[in-house]
Parts: sequence; structure tokens; C-alpha cells
Amino acid sequence: MAGSGNSEVKLLGAWASPYVARARIALNLKEVQYEFLEEQFGTKSELLLKSNPIYKKIPVLIHDDKPICESLIIVQYIDEVWVSSGPALMPADAYDRALHRFWAVYIDDKFVPALFGMMRAPTEEAKAESKEQALASLQLLEEAFGKISKGKPFFGGDTIGYLDVALGAFVGWMKAFEEMNGFKLLDDAKTPLLCAWAENFCNNEVVGAVIPETAKLVELAKVMQARFKSAPPAN
Amino acid sequence: MASEKGVMLLDFWVSPFGQRARIALAEKGVEYEYKEENLRDKSELLLKSNPIHKKIPVLIHDGKPICESLIIVQYIDETWSDKAPLLPSDPYQRAQARFWADFVDKKVFECGGKLWKLKGEEQEAAKTEMIEILQILEAQLGDKKYFGGDIFGFVDVAFVPFTSWFYSYETCANFSVEEVAPKIVKWAKRCMERESVEKTLPDPKKVYEFVRYLKKRFGIE
Repeated sequence: MAGSGNSEVKLLGAWASPYVARARIALNLKEVQYEFLEEQFGTKSELLLKSNPIYKKIPVLIHDDKPICESLIIVQYIDEVWVSSGPALMPADAYDRALHRFWAVYIDDKFVPALFGMMRAPTEEAKAESKEQALASLQLLEEAFGKISKGKPFFGGDTIGYLDVALGAFVGWMKAFEEMNGFKLLDDAKTPLLCAWAENFCNNEVVGAVIPETAKLVELAKVMQARFKSAPPAN
Repeated sequence: MASEKGVMLLDFWVSPFGQRARIALAEKGVEYEYKEENLRDKSELLLKSNPIHKKIPVLIHDGKPICESLIIVQYIDETWSDKAPLLPSDPYQRAQARFWADFVDKKVFECGGKLWKLKGEEQEAAKTEMIEILQILEAQLGDKKYFGGDIFGFVDVAFVPFTSWFYSYETCANFSVEEVAPKIVKWAKRCMERESVEKTLPDPKKVYEFVRYLKKRFGIE
């Protein structure tokens, strides 16, 4: 077993959250034993509110009673603590690290809002805009993959790295949106490298266990969409 | 891009994000070429170095560009690691430092912008928000010398450039940072005792002049 045998690791999360998936994939890659505490949709537990008072959001990693928040920060933490277990998630070279970090931030700031914008957008026009932005982001990520992977299967090279986890955690939702909207986000013609990458990523044993089934996400998305339609505009 | 040796920073004098990079470089004693960008007429080099966002700061090291201020600061810390470590060595402390630097990123600049862009009720709401942000940061600082403890660190670098905007926030929204967050004000003075900070941060009155220029340009008064 990796790390100190007596250390206690808990993850506050939810099965459908791609941000939580990032943490779970990282923990699994590092073979860390942990307790998964599922938050109920629509409520926040005492433990969550206590562990993440600033944002009150999942995921929260609790290691020996110390909370770590924000999915990308959690992934870096896992990589640094369980350093002797499995390959490093962060590249060895400082410039490569800067590239991984840059694109992870890009994914969070540009790609993810566009991806979920397709579901949440109030008008058809706004939805179309989100779709354009999502496709444009993936085009940029395709180019970035070409440069960063240097012909290898992952952003991290031969093995899954930080940026693979950052983007890969969203593959389940990407497939769900493709099915719901009837068009391809990852397209053999436009983003061939990312198509191959997504397949390699999902074929990894520890990843496959974490990414939810497309059908279940589609079902959840329909429930959430109904809520958005009936609820007044966002909080 | 030609592999020119050396360090260059594409920046804009009043940008708190650019100042983070300048302070980090100064703490590490790195020699670099500073290039002031005209943001209304961006240079070829900037557009080529940061094609995605077209924003400053951009650090160019031996011809390779690094973008996003906190990513730049981490790169500087990792590359010139022999001196003045900005991130602690303990993984949990590092995670905390990253969290709080990210908090500053998510909250301070945007809320600060609202203080000079908005009026009336909206401005009041932004003021309440800013006071809350400052008090959260004050609680995090506590009685430590710096956010990094005894060592001037990542969170200090991330937040200190915004201290030269305090005068503008106070004047536009009519409140006193010292009254709501006295420890933050004392911390800011301690930071100004460091050469890296003192030489980098502009006079708050000059920042206010810049804010007034922006208000005119955007037709806000």
C-alpha cells in the first residue's frame, strides 16, 4: 500500500461530479485507500461546510483530518504526498509543468463553462454560443495535445499525467452531451488526436472505474435541465 | 520562436498580475528585460507569445513563453530554486498556499473593479463583498508576519500588488481598509519594507489617477 499505512484519507464528493472524478482518478492512480463520502444532491453535510467554509463545494480531500479543497490543488497534493507510488502526475521539467498548469486553468475557465453552458443556457442562441465555444476550446486542446504529448498517448507522455486527469475527468459528460445533442464534441475528422487520447484514457483500469456510465449522466442531465427550466434564473 | 537566451517580461505598469511576476523575479535576483506593452496596440511579440489570451504578463525564458501570473510565479520559484523559496516544502502547506493565492485571484480583482465601475446600491453590495474578502484574508493572516509565516511567500506575492489599489477602492466606495482589516494594512507596510515590493508597486495615488482615466474612458462618473 502506498504512503503511511495509518494515514486516514477521506474524499467528500458526488458520483456525477467531474471535479470529484479528478481527485478519485488521482487517488486510484496512486493506489491510495480512501473512504468516499457521498454528498446528497441538493444538500451540504456538516462535514462539508466545516471542511470547506469558503466555497462549501466538493471535492474536499481530508487527509488525517486536514482538508484540501479545489480539484486541481487536490490532484497536485496527491501527486506530492504519494510521490513514491506510481509515476509522477506532474512533468519533471518546470516549463512542461507550466504548460500543464496553463491548459488545466484554460479547461476550467473556458472549456467547462461552455460544455455545461450547452445544458444551462436559457436561450437557443446562448446554447449555440456555448456549443461554438466548446468546440473551439477542444480544437485548441487538440493542438496543445499535439505539442505536449510529443507523439505519446497522453499529455503526460507514456503515462497519465496532471493534464490528462484535468481534462479526462470530463469525458463522461462529453459523451453524455454528445448523445443528448446529437453531435460530436470529439470528432475523428477535427480532433483525431483527442479521440485516440480519450479512448486510451478511458481504457485505463483505474479511470474506467471512476467515469460514470453515459446513460446515467444523460438521465441526471435531464433531471437537472427540468430543474433549470422550472427554477428562476440562477443563484 | 528564436531561442534567445535570457529572461524577458511583457507587462503593463499598473497591472497587479504583472507586478506579481516582477516581485518574484526581484526576490530571486533574476536579471530580465522589462517590456512595457501598450494594451490598446499589442505588440507582435505579445500576440505570438500568448495567442490564446493575448494578455500580460508573459514571461519569456530562453525564447519560451509562460502565461498566467500565478503559473509564472510558480515557474520562477521552481526554476530559480536556489534562493528565496516562495512555496513551502510541505505538501499540505503548499496546498494551502495555492488555495489562498487562488482565492485572491477569484475574488479581489473582480470585486475591486466593481467598486469603481458601479454606483449606488450595486456599489454598496460590492463594498460589502470587498470588506468580507478583506476580513477573510485578515483571518487567514492572523498574527503571522506574512501569509507564508516567517517567510515572504506565494500568497504574499499574489496579494500584495492589490495593496496599491486600496486607496482607489477606499476613495471610490467610501470606506477604510484600515478600519475593516487593520492587520492587512500592517502586513502591507511590512511587505513594503522589502526591496522587491517597494521597487515594484506604484504609488497608490498614481493608481487612482489611472482608475480616474479608466472611468473617463468608459464614461463612468
